[in-house]
Amino acid sequence: MSAPGVSGPVVEQGPAATPPPVAAAPQHFSQLVPMLAMVVLLALAPLVVYPVFLMKALCFALFACAFNLLIGYAGLLSFGHALFFGAAAYATAHAAAAWGLPFEVSVLFGTAVAAVLGLVVGLLAIRRQGIYFAMITLALAQMFYFFCLRAPFTGGENGVQGVPRGQVLGFISLDGTLAMYFTVLAIFLGGFFLTHRIVHSPFGQVLKGIRENEPRAISLGYKVDQYKLIAFVLSATLSGVAGGTKSIVFQLASLTDVHWNLSGEVILMVLLGGLGTVFGPVVGAFVVVSLDHYLAQFGGWVTVVEGFIFVLCVLTFRRGIVGELARALHRPL
Amino acid sequence: MTTIFGVPVQGLSGQLLLGLINGSFYALLSLGLAIIFGLLNVINFCHGALYMAGAFVAWFLLQYLGLGYWWALALAPALVAIFGVVIERTMLRRLYRLDPLYGLLFTFGLGLIIQGLFRNRFGSSGEPYAIPAALTGGRNLGFMFLPNYRAWVIIFSMILCFLCWYVTERTRFGSYLRAATENPVLVQAFGINVPLMITLTYALGVGLAAVAGVMAAPIYRVNPLMGSDLIIVVFAVVVIGGMGSILGSIVTGFGLGVIEGLTKVFYPEASSTVIFVIMAIVLMIRPAGLFGRAQ
Repeated sequence: MSAPGVSGPVVEQGPAATPPPVAAAPQHFSQLVPMLAMVVLLALAPLVVYPVFLMKALCFALFACAFNLLIGYAGLLSFGHALFFGAAAYATAHAAAAWGLPFEVSVLFGTAVAAVLGLVVGLLAIRRQGIYFAMITLALAQMFYFFCLRAPFTGGENGVQGVPRGQVLGFISLDGTLAMYFTVLAIFLGGFFLTHRIVHSPFGQVLKGIRENEPRAISLGYKVDQYKLIAFVLSATLSGVAGGTKSIVFQLASLTDVHWNLSGEVILMVLLGGLGTVFGPVVGAFVVVSLDHYLAQFGGWVTVVEGFIFVLCVLTFRRGIVGELARALHRPL
Repeated sequence: MTTIFGVPVQGLSGQLLLGLINGSFYALLSLGLAIIFGLLNVINFCHGALYMAGAFVAWFLLQYLGLGYWWALALAPALVAIFGVVIERTMLRRLYRLDPLYGLLFTFGLGLIIQGLFRNRFGSSGEPYAIPAALTGGRNLGFMFLPNYRAWVIIFSMILCFLCWYVTERTRFGSYLRAATENPVLVQAFGINVPLMITLTYALGVGLAAVAGVMAAPIYRVNPLMGSDLIIVVFAVVVIGGMGSILGSIVTGFGLGVIEGLTKVFYPEASSTVIFVIMAIVLMIRPAGLFGRAQ
């Protein structure tokens, strides 16, 4: 059962108005230390951990941050976010492999495709709320999956393989693992601080207000649908950055990038890490990617274990790892 | 050979038949989802996994106990419903006070567990299940050949749908059910055991999914993944129909099955996406769904 009072943010409702997650006043300073720690840790990590694994985790961490922007702050549960991740992965891979565009342009192209799709899906999905929103995004993502299965440029079951990594800034070759790693780290940190900035801007505060009490936000004169749509497009765009980067790192875009499994996994990352927390998505992404990595040898057990984590999180652990930590330390994380 | 719009009648009616069969499954599954959602406010994401479980129970009964199709049709839904009762009583119940999204996430996780366990045990190729002896063969209708089993699936699911409609709209239990959907606290104050009704409703909903699974077993192979893609289409069906009315779910289910079948004939490339496209159009024109009430 959930403890009363400070609750897993976002989605807990009830007559007693939930206090805002764990947000207290001097947020920027209290998060400075953990942020610096994260940057240093990630910069030194390739000395001890396999860099390719780290890059995968960073791409998914960015994806999870983008997703958290939507569910954690706007309270919208999208069940089809793999659409944006996968679309950007395919678009980036195509731009780099077929058109021979440089690294930055390819990723930007993928991101733009994700943003446009985010606008289209967002316009349709925000017409319904709550559970319907989840079902609509899931259905549209499935439609896109079938499209990718048949479209000529996706390579069907094989995907787009052998995507060239190219060079960053025109002169640093990305074929070296460390150069690739620090490029991915820079992209991740850029996205991470951007989400942080968005969340703490007046725009982010209005989003939280809508999440807590939509009718009141409307009565205060906010155009709620526009705010939701902008949040959705921003989230889709950042998911696109993650997907595009991933396809360059692994030199591959495939159907797993658009499958509903991935939409479920990103939800799991955010739920496990802590909805509406700054560091939760990152922690959750590292845990889930490690799980995938170590359980891969046991075949189908990954799904079962992920299912158990879902059930456990929802029943007993709704604040997630970072949410619980933040509560124990009495500071927002 | 006679043709309509340049398509041979045989092919057309064959696809129509297949569309009606798919439509029966859409109708049964979306009906179960609608009944559960009405009272529990939970979208039962593991509905597809329980449909698959129904088919597998039928296969187990035949394989290990020698009990055939007709036994399966009675026992599989009962067993799945008992499983549903256990889930509802022990876990799902704790989530009613929370936002419905938690119910969605919980049942999604449960679906992953069920599907993963079956997949580990049986792989993803599936097991065949024979058509019961009484329903083999078929009859020639002049313009097409109608396999008896397929006719049975369509007729039986229509009967089931009618029964569900009758129970909810024309019986005392149904009136309690509809009242509790509107205002559970008030209904409970009148001395009606609402928690028990919620449990029974969940059992009924998942039982319907299991019936659909048993009926699907002889048509498709019994396969651990048979539910996961189907359930997403059923969600689209639910969005199109709106979950406000029982009759709406039935009509939308069968209707979309037929439309999908027709698309297979006239424009096969779009057959897997047509329902999603219709969903997008309905959302633009009538966001609450064809039979839904605007909130």
